[in-house]
Amino acid sequence: MPSIRIPTQLRTLTGNAGEVRVDGSTVGEALKALDAAHPGFGDRLFDDAGALRRFVNVFVADEDIRFLQGLETPLEDTSTVSIIPAVAGG
Amino acid sequence: MPFVESLRCRECARTYPVEALHVCEFCFGPLEVAYDYDAIRSSISREKIAAGPPTIWRYADLLPASAEDPVDLGAGFTPLVRADRLAAELGLGELWLKNDTLNPTGSFKDRVVSVALTKARDLGFKVAACASTGNLANSVAAHAARAGMESIVFIPSDLEQGKIVTTAIYGGRLIAIDGTYDDVNRLCAELTSEQPTWAFVNVNVRPYYAEGSKTLAFEVAEQLGWQAPDHVVVPIASGSQLTKVHKGFNELYHVGLLDEEPHVRVSGAQAEGCSPVAVAFAEDTDIIRPQRPKTIAKSLAIGNPADGFYALDVVRKSGGAIGSVTDDEIVEGIRLLARTEGIFAETAGGTTIATLVKLAASGVVRPDERVVAYITGHGLKTIEAVSAVAQPTATIAPTLDAFNAAVGLPS
Repeated sequence: MPSIRIPTQLRTLTGNAGEVRVDGSTVGEALKALDAAHPGFGDRLFDDAGALRRFVNVFVADEDIRFLQGLETPLEDTSTVSIIPAVAGG
Repeated sequence: MPFVESLRCRECARTYPVEALHVCEFCFGPLEVAYDYDAIRSSISREKIAAGPPTIWRYADLLPASAEDPVDLGAGFTPLVRADRLAAELGLGELWLKNDTLNPTGSFKDRVVSVALTKARDLGFKVAACASTGNLANSVAAHAARAGMESIVFIPSDLEQGKIVTTAIYGGRLIAIDGTYDDVNRLCAELTSEQPTWAFVNVNVRPYYAEGSKTLAFEVAEQLGWQAPDHVVVPIASGSQLTKVHKGFNELYHVGLLDEEPHVRVSGAQAEGCSPVAVAFAEDTDIIRPQRPKTIAKSLAIGNPADGFYALDVVRKSGGAIGSVTDDEIVEGIRLLARTEGIFAETAGGTTIATLVKLAASGVVRPDERVVAYITGHGLKTIEAVSAVAQPTATIAPTLDAFNAAVGLPS
């Protein structure tokens, strides 16, 4: 099962777990499974049109999924998905 | 500081306590400091500012940290110089340069770091950290040393030697990451969750940090005799500085320090090798596609700019433009500024000047405007960028004949 790393801001939804494992062969499926297992993630991560919110950054194996295949980016059992809010910088 | 009410989400307006928070828990939007402007208006005056220190702390009423005992190396109140020779070359009229190369560690970052670490110390943090393209690294390491805080600074490993040395010398920990700035930034965003006792100036205390850039507008207005310019040209990395310069002019009017409502056109400058905001501007879209940076302007090399969306918004609404320039044009920009005005800027300054050249040629920046270009970092930090074109005119034997031959005089 791929694992998803949860930022501090969302750990209230996972009982404070910083990493959870969910099923999914793509990033989109895994995030849906995350919402099913820990309700609330869907509203936080996606806008009304079902797209990732502007300030949500998702990485697979440390690569921004916007450089990969977006929510269609395939996952393997060993994949690590990181959710990172509003990469700050500057 | 007494005038800070809360932190507020820029997207959904939810409010949060004045703590080390930077992201809205509900929509992930960035948090911004909210002030009690009525109270500020009652407290602030031109006279009070004039009686303050010659640093950013003269504007303490409009900053989110207490000026009583700031973490201070003397950032701010840098010269605003009239640039007639450069203006003449560009066909412009009244052109000014905000020479922020003259800050304590040689860049505008001293403004934001002084605010960030003052607030961080007030919040009880003992460790200062940051993700940096170099200028911020210098400034965090120096200010942390000044404050007696530990520092841990993260940079891309391919940074200019000058920026590595001028960070490491302050004795904190300097971690070079094999990757781009965006990789460094992502790591620091994750570390912020794992190391809650560290103040990452541009992550978890970013709302306070970013406010420091407003002083770039405050000073220009004060130095122009409490008037706003017509047009400013600002480099874009994360986009934070540009949005805060714009906010700064508006705040001055809002609290009664400017007589007329400012209508400052704001234009942005990027390097072509890292131009996600310039591309979005040119394509007339709100969607900023991250890029993998490849440019000598490493201090601007943020491929996934956090405030890019807001910077676009400011530029569009104010009637400005965002230009991008090649590495060769950046080098020429550095030389042009040095040759005409005697100011040696780092690559970000070269980017700003080269973009100003283009915007003046295309008529976006006009000769009937009072223009201010922000020169945000010192050239000694990025000597590599210009060392090939800045060499001795001649290397000769110590004789009159050799000298005459070298400079074309008859022997």
